[in-house]
Amino acid sequence: MSLTNAANTPAVAAMKLRAEQLCVAFERDSKSVSVLEDITFDISDGEFICIVGRSGCGKSTLLNVLAGFLAPTSGSVIIDGEPVHGPDPRRILVFQEHGVFPWLTVEGNIGFGLSKLPRAEREHRVAHYVQMIGLQGFERTYPSDLSGGMKQRLQVARALAVNPDILYLDEAFGALDSITRLAMRKELLRIWQTERRTIIFVTHDIDEAVQLADRVVVLSSNPARIEDILTIDIRRPRNISSPHYLELRDKLLEQIGQAYTV
Amino acid sequence: MRLKLHVQPRPLLFIGVLLICWQIAINRHPGQLLPGPLSVLRAIGDLMHSGLLLKYIVASLFRVTWGFALGASLGIPLGLAIGWNRRAEMALNPLIQIFRPISPLAWIPVAILWFGVGDMAAVFLIFVGCFFPLLLTAMSAVHNIPALYIDAGRNFGLSPFAFVSRVLYPAVAPQLVVGMRITLGIAWLVVVAAEMIAVNSGLGFLIVDARNAGNRYDLVVAGMVIIGAIGLLLDLGMRSLERVKSFRWSYSED
Ligand SMILES: Nc1ncnc2c1ncn2[C@@H]1O[C@H](COP(=O)(O)OP(=O)(O)OP(=O)(O)O)[C@@H](O)[C@H]1O
Ligand SMILES: [Mg+2]
Repeated sequence: MSLTNAANTPAVAAMKLRAEQLCVAFERDSKSVSVLEDITFDISDGEFICIVGRSGCGKSTLLNVLAGFLAPTSGSVIIDGEPVHGPDPRRILVFQEHGVFPWLTVEGNIGFGLSKLPRAEREHRVAHYVQMIGLQGFERTYPSDLSGGMKQRLQVARALAVNPDILYLDEAFGALDSITRLAMRKELLRIWQTERRTIIFVTHDIDEAVQLADRVVVLSSNPARIEDILTIDIRRPRNISSPHYLELRDKLLEQIGQAYTV
Repeated sequence: MRLKLHVQPRPLLFIGVLLICWQIAINRHPGQLLPGPLSVLRAIGDLMHSGLLLKYIVASLFRVTWGFALGASLGIPLGLAIGWNRRAEMALNPLIQIFRPISPLAWIPVAILWFGVGDMAAVFLIFVGCFFPLLLTAMSAVHNIPALYIDAGRNFGLSPFAFVSRVLYPAVAPQLVVGMRITLGIAWLVVVAAEMIAVNSGLGFLIVDARNAGNRYDLVVAGMVIIGAIGLLLDLGMRSLERVKSFRWSYSED
């Protein structure tokens, strides 16, 4: 399957990230269990990629490898022509669980990566992202007093605030209600379109993937291999009741398999 | 940060009743069992009047402060470093486990040998009594940091110093505060014992001296009461630290 030349991305877009034959195996009961097998794909600069797959198939593991938190058992990740050896402030991972720092307030968390900026600039940016995630009035609140969804939004804001080249999101909107979810999707798309970041977004929500992505990477389970890479060639803003949308969505559902048929 | 004393009427009432019972018992059986609360109160008054009480309290607190501060400033950073570094931990842990169960009081002869009778010996004993608990608290606090916070911190490209001060330290602070409170309690226990042998001032000395110099049991009990009261105040002070907002979070709620 040809993974490059995505129809949706400008032909000139440089390659941003390449995953080369990634394999990951974990020790379990002193046996080696393969979780990722032969994962190979290219992502262009500025692309919006969604990764979908069943729960437990290895999506978070893949994201951890791409972000440099986990060294693959074999294979390599290459970003801007250089192999990845560890995490980097230019590439921020938003964790699936609540990764906000409980010892910092909302402001403190958003400003965490901005300590090198002058004070006024930092305060300006913090205020901007507080506004964006709708936490006005909670600036001085500690995460223990926030809801799960608020903490998730806070983590996204902390990542966005440092203006990363690549944003890895691990089911970042999973704990949000459907209304906030839609608002956050819109906001993420707006940021992506104005700032042209590369976004790699793990989700188990097929609709979310078809609404957001340029291309959707479908993973199989046990071990995870690339089942397909589907190009979502729908113009933005996307009409989510158009026949083509529904067609693509059904195709994805089919590929994911029985887990999603009722 | 204000120290709030919740004065509850019921425990105070109970203590009052006990004191009265104690006085009645002493009045009915005047003997060598114990001095009564009134004579203890008189003894405390005498001690205050002579200026000895303040002098001894200051002497004891001085030793505790130095011993505890030394123990904390060595034990905590060392514990954090050892806890962070698996290899250092594997190398040093057996040694730590051997030293840990040795009561600080067992060090008294060594302390006197090294430092002679005086403040230094007492400070050293308190240091030994604080060092190991704080070392172990810091080690286990590092182990308990959720990997998620470490990863999130690493992602933002902090310098090693910034990583320690902005992720590692705040992540362990709540556990350290609890450990420090317990250790300060130990230090207060040790100082009394140390002063009975290694120095000739302080509240511990007051107690042995009162007994040796004429069986003044009213002074002995007065010393005990003062030790208890100051220990309580120290603990309340440390507890108020635990209520600081940025320490008050815990891992479990996340
Ligand atoms: N550190 C680890 N050690 C051993 N096994 C692990 C480890 N991390 C993950 N696994 C295993 O790898 C598999 C994939 O886990 P992963 O968290 O990547 O799944 P996921 O696709 O993100 O699932 P979900 O959608 O539920 O978040 C699981 O079977 C899990 O048990
Ligand atoms: Mg996951």
